[in-house]
Amino acid sequence: MKEVTGIKEIIKPENLAYRRSSVLTDKPFSYCPGCGHGTAHRILAEVIEEEEVQSETIGICPVGCSVLMYDFMNIDMQEAAHGRAPALATAVKRLWPGKFVFTYQGDGDLAAIGTAETIHACNRGENFLIIFINNGIYGMTGGQMAPTTLPGMKSSTSPYGRDVKLMGNPLKMTDIVATLPGTYFVTRQSVHTPANVRKTKKAMKKAFEYQKLDKGTCFIEIVSNCPSGWKMTPVESNRWMEENMFPYYPLGDLKVPPEQPVNDDKNKL
Amino acid sequence: MAKIKGSIVVDVEKCKGCELCIVTCPTGVIVLSKEVNGKGYYYAYPALPDLCNGCANCAIVCPDGVITVYKTKI
Amino acid sequence: MEKELRLMKGNEAVAEAAIRAGTDGYFGYPITPQSEILEYLMEANPYTTTGMVVLQAESEVAAINMVYGGAATGKKCMTSSSSPGISLKQEGISYIAGAELPCLIVNVVRGGPGLGTIQPSQSDYFQSVKGGGHGDYHLIVLAPASVQEMADFVELGFDLAFKYRNPALILSDGAIGQMMEKVYLNPPKKRATTFPSWATTGKPPTRERNIITSLDLDPYGQEIHNQKLQAKYREMEEKEVRYEEFQIEDAEYLFVAYGTSARVSQKAVQLCRAEGIRVGLLRPITLFPFPSKRINELASKMKLILSVEMSAGQMVEDVMLAVNGKTPVSHFGRMGGVVPTPEEVVESLKSKRYREVQK
Repeated sequence: MKEVTGIKEIIKPENLAYRRSSVLTDKPFSYCPGCGHGTAHRILAEVIEEEEVQSETIGICPVGCSVLMYDFMNIDMQEAAHGRAPALATAVKRLWPGKFVFTYQGDGDLAAIGTAETIHACNRGENFLIIFINNGIYGMTGGQMAPTTLPGMKSSTSPYGRDVKLMGNPLKMTDIVATLPGTYFVTRQSVHTPANVRKTKKAMKKAFEYQKLDKGTCFIEIVSNCPSGWKMTPVESNRWMEENMFPYYPLGDLKVPPEQPVNDDKNKL
Repeated sequence: MAKIKGSIVVDVEKCKGCELCIVTCPTGVIVLSKEVNGKGYYYAYPALPDLCNGCANCAIVCPDGVITVYKTKI
Repeated sequence: MEKELRLMKGNEAVAEAAIRAGTDGYFGYPITPQSEILEYLMEANPYTTTGMVVLQAESEVAAINMVYGGAATGKKCMTSSSSPGISLKQEGISYIAGAELPCLIVNVVRGGPGLGTIQPSQSDYFQSVKGGGHGDYHLIVLAPASVQEMADFVELGFDLAFKYRNPALILSDGAIGQMMEKVYLNPPKKRATTFPSWATTGKPPTRERNIITSLDLDPYGQEIHNQKLQAKYREMEEKEVRYEEFQIEDAEYLFVAYGTSARVSQKAVQLCRAEGIRVGLLRPITLFPFPSKRINELASKMKLILSVEMSAGQMVEDVMLAVNGKTPVSHFGRMGGVVPTPEEVVESLKSKRYREVQK
């Protein structure tokens, strides 16, 4: 591999401060430049590595940009039909209660076609982790409107901007599932700055710990960007996300187990 | 007082030139190159390596995980 | 160990047989005329005895996807429904076939199309045997004609499903689901503790990761995959055909019928013979693979073959394909949930035979 390095003398194994997780495969991610999916995959892999549960984890990937997630994570994975990942995960976790089970879904998968599966799995309190990547658009199929597209936001199926009269308001799925007694830990995070990446990783780590307790569903929404769908550069898209997505989808914990204090830092960068 | 110096290794063939690392680096180490890699992306690289303090912000935020970070006390 | 003799409803027999076959998971949804399967399992509560998971899902769609997830981990999973609910499951079934997973689906057919009726029908033959879902695939289709077969086909269905890594379907109908008959139940089998090497059970360091998917964006790869599936179906056609014959030896006319229609036709055979008409019955037990070869053989000596089905005529097309022009093939059936009487079947044969004799 072609590398460009900094000061060569410092580059020694004992000085290693940060490396790519070994739970990731060697395959380069197929995501667009700057896409939050890559960052989310990376930290999920780090958590699996650090929790030492690679051989106990079964992941279920969606239909959407991350349909090929199983090419990038070196764990046993199942491809679900669009929206149905929580149903697959329900069976897997009930049949294999000792394993770590997660679903990884986009906004169309979780909030459009999969609304019933999402709500009912959370309502039953299925003991797995749902990771919800919300970028307010359908990336894989070419930039169509999603249930989470903001009012006035343009997409290929809302070329004049989302008209709430005709197309309804954006769905706040995380808020909905937080009201269900079956969910145990519900939070909304992002991965566009190092501080937020660290917080999201912490949330994922907590979710893996909580899964051992068998107390209910953990739900992590990651408000993310889609430079291609939004037609911006990656840096611009993160700025746009902070200015437009975060006011509608505020970051922070919506539901924490009773022993924990609520971490209420909205939009801290 | 011990100073921390860092050194990053960028796998430039895998870099997609998203520039998130450039924006997040607190000391301005990383710059977008004027050459493209095999995929046609302008890649990021440590143009001012002496300024690196090994904070790893770049690697943490990189969506493609192309940066490895080393650091040591001087 | 001895078999246990009980008097049970068809639906209940499926449920009890499922527990005894060492099933790991049942995921279902209420719909008439098969809700007793889910109800029986909930009451039997096998989770406390065998560890079998029983879950009422939020929809038939969710249920089939639960089956998919469980089957992908190598466990014995099943679901049941009736016609409209089976339509809902078609996407999931196509995924299960494409991902080469074993599972069992039970369809207790009711009259259609649409919401239809709750009375028995056989109008899901095309859906079951020709596809139902998208893509080139087949289900292994077993057609019980008694409560005993409802019970027996659970274990047979799972065996075939795991043998070929393909979903299996028990195609029953509302009459067989609801009727009560004697049934000999197998002694209980323990649930499996070892799992196929392809299953997603968590990747240990000793093997590569397992991926269960039906996606291949490379069309040439997808074609090779399809050829592999087709090879399986050819193998099934060679090795797994099952049927039963009744009074075939000297027959000049043949009924082809399955399920409830076969029971009615069997009586019709007796009525015909009392009038001196030499009829026989071939009852397919596997609808896929279809007993085409045997029907083709018999066609050589038959003057007329009558496909008796509770539908507008679906299996009759497979009979025609099998007969390949050797002899006339016709159909008799009632639709919308009406069950024909043996006398009606006799009348139908006589009227069609009369026409043939006149020719």
